Amino acid sequence: MSHRRTHHDRVLIVDDDASLAEMLSIVLEGEGLTTAVCRSGDKVPAAMGSFRPDVVLLDLMLPGVDGMEVCRRIRESSNVPIVMLTARTDTDDVVAGLAAGADDYIVKPFKNSELVARIRARLRRTDQLLEPLEFGDIVLDPAGHTVTRGGQPLELTPLEFDLLACLLGTPEQVFTREVLLQKVWGYHHPGDTKLVNVHMTRLRSKIEDDAENPSIIRTVRGVGYQAIAPS
Amino acid sequence: MTSPREGGWRRAGSAVAGFWRRSLRLRVVGSTVALTSLAIGLTGWALLAQVADGLAEARSTSAVAEARAGFDRVRAQLETTAVADAAAASEAVAQIVDSLTQSGQGEGRYDVVVAGPLGEPGEPSPVRSSGNVAASAIPEDLVESVGGSDGLFWRFAEIPVTGGETRPVVVVGSRLDVPSTGDDYGIYYVFSTADQQATLNLVRNALALAGLAMIVMVAGVALVMSRQVLEPVRLARRTAERFAAGHLEQRMHVRGEDDLARLSESFNQMAASLQSQIARLENLSKLQQRFVSDVSHELRTPLTTIKMAGDVLHEARSGWDPSTARAAELLHRELQRFEELLADLMDLSRFDAGAAQLELEPVDLAEVARRVVDDPVLSRKHIDVRVVGANRPVVTEADLRRVDRVLRNLVANAAAYSRSKDVVVTVAQNSDCVSLSVRDHGVGLTSEESLRVFDRFWRADPARAAGGTGLGLSIARGDARLHGGDLRVGSVAGRGTDFVLTLPKPGGDAKQPALEPMREPGDG
Repeated sequence: MSHRRTHHDRVLIVDDDASLAEMLSIVLEGEGLTTAVCRSGDKVPAAMGSFRPDVVLLDLMLPGVDGMEVCRRIRESSNVPIVMLTARTDTDDVVAGLAAGADDYIVKPFKNSELVARIRARLRRTDQLLEPLEFGDIVLDPAGHTVTRGGQPLELTPLEFDLLACLLGTPEQVFTREVLLQKVWGYHHPGDTKLVNVHMTRLRSKIEDDAENPSIIRTVRGVGYQAIAPS
Repeated sequence: MTSPREGGWRRAGSAVAGFWRRSLRLRVVGSTVALTSLAIGLTGWALLAQVADGLAEARSTSAVAEARAGFDRVRAQLETTAVADAAAASEAVAQIVDSLTQSGQGEGRYDVVVAGPLGEPGEPSPVRSSGNVAASAIPEDLVESVGGSDGLFWRFAEIPVTGGETRPVVVVGSRLDVPSTGDDYGIYYVFSTADQQATLNLVRNALALAGLAMIVMVAGVALVMSRQVLEPVRLARRTAERFAAGHLEQRMHVRGEDDLARLSESFNQMAASLQSQIARLENLSKLQQRFVSDVSHELRTPLTTIKMAGDVLHEARSGWDPSTARAAELLHRELQRFEELLADLMDLSRFDAGAAQLELEPVDLAEVARRVVDDPVLSRKHIDVRVVGANRPVVTEADLRRVDRVLRNLVANAAAYSRSKDVVVTVAQNSDCVSLSVRDHGVGLTSEESLRVFDRFWRADPARAAGGTGLGLSIARGDARLHGGDLRVGSVAGRGTDFVLTLPKPGGDAKQPALEPMREPGDG
């Protein structure tokens, strides 16, 4: 055992299918990650406490508690990145999962390399920010990954933090959805604009006074988003 | 050319004609009134003729009787009066006439005209008349009959009175011999029939009034009756329209046991039967969609595990003996194919279940074509793909993912099966639709093969099957039809094959494609 491997990144696999869960473990452990498996949604809160994962890999089709519900429960107490596994390609399902708090999704069946890339992308910080950034009454601190607005701390997931840092880092610049996917999600996700749209909605609901009439991040119709420079 | 007024009349006429055609009620009332008017008119006319005949006959009978009595009296008087010559005879006749007229005037009923003595025919005879009746007023045929033979003759006639008017009369005439001189005189009694005419007028007016009143009443009755019959029919029409508009729970009220009630009953039975059939089909469709979704999920989870295991084995194959390594490669490749097959089957099931959904956005076919032919896979296979007509945008509302998939499929097909290295992609449009053709210059298809090319799992030449699922063209056609468009094929053996995708523009249709697939020479 080398010294490097003493702090493995930890992936919690939530899947009811024993074979798939084990296969996921084999592949991810082969990539040097530490895994734990939850076979039902009920056991997730306990595992969150004892295992303290860096990423949760969540199958949406769970017996007992619905995958969406598990996603929502995790979000109530944690900002850990969540990647959903879905067998359904229907857009509605994907959007519902993202709205429930998932950061990303992957459609079954997938290549091992694709799975690993997505997990790695969620583990690796994209380092949008090297120094603390003040933007009006919003303060982003990259060291502690904390955001405050008017001195009040805001609960953002790492992905939301990166998204906000990316936009506020260069105010007035318009970012297309494709560029945001590249810079924030960290891999090429061609044309998957709903991923950006859903997360932008969630981010706004946390930072804007009125998410319907945003005053910090503006939608540029048909192009993308831009941060409005504080006056 | 028609004048504006004529045109206006024509328009009004056609409007009335249109209303006549549409309104059953107007037709029922109209034809009832027309037929009733005809019947009443005929009856009235017959009645009036009968009354007129009766009145005329009664008048003529009494006139003839009265005249005969008068003639007898004149004859008797003349026999007792001795006259010496013609002048005296004429004077005597004149006196008799005056006396007759006086008695006639006393009752105010007739005038008397005496003509004579009668000479040769054509020679005018001197005339003596009472009142203001002229001799010329006596009908000529009556004058001839009287002059020609003995006996009594009568006619109906109109005689002029002052002011240019005429009055209806009965004229009774007879020849009279004056025994003493041997001269002949024509004597005519002129009886007025004004009373009878007045009676006839009265009867006619009464009949007309009664007839008119009857027609109005019949029209009213027809209106009420047609309303009674047609109102349920109108109700049925409205119910049927609502039913057709999708309100499947619509039913008619059944009242009584008559024909209309039976119509309502039949309608309701039909509606109930349709409703249950539709519900059954909807349920089937839902079950099918549900099944597709379940199968998709149930198959995908184990397939994911197998695929991951296959990937692991494939990665590790370099450390194994050659046959095991090859087995890992085959496993990896066929899993890929299995995955494609599953995805294709799911797509087809969605088409079949009507569960496939379009995500429409403006799509430029020219841009899609340029992007697809730039695919490095094609240049790796040394296939030369040219694009024609893509220098201008060819835009319609479409599902980009599906259009892209169709075009990739067609180009890959042309590359894989045609044995040609020369493929031409053409885009074109007209006001209703956009078309895209993928033409190869390969071996082509027989006409029988052209018919089967969209069949599921059908391959032109199994030996040439270079992978693929055999479902690509079925799915491509499904994609085209989901857009309201079509995918068609034309092929000439030895010259090549031509697939044409046509998609409607918003508000247009794909009935007249902007491009037609190639055809056999002489095949139209």
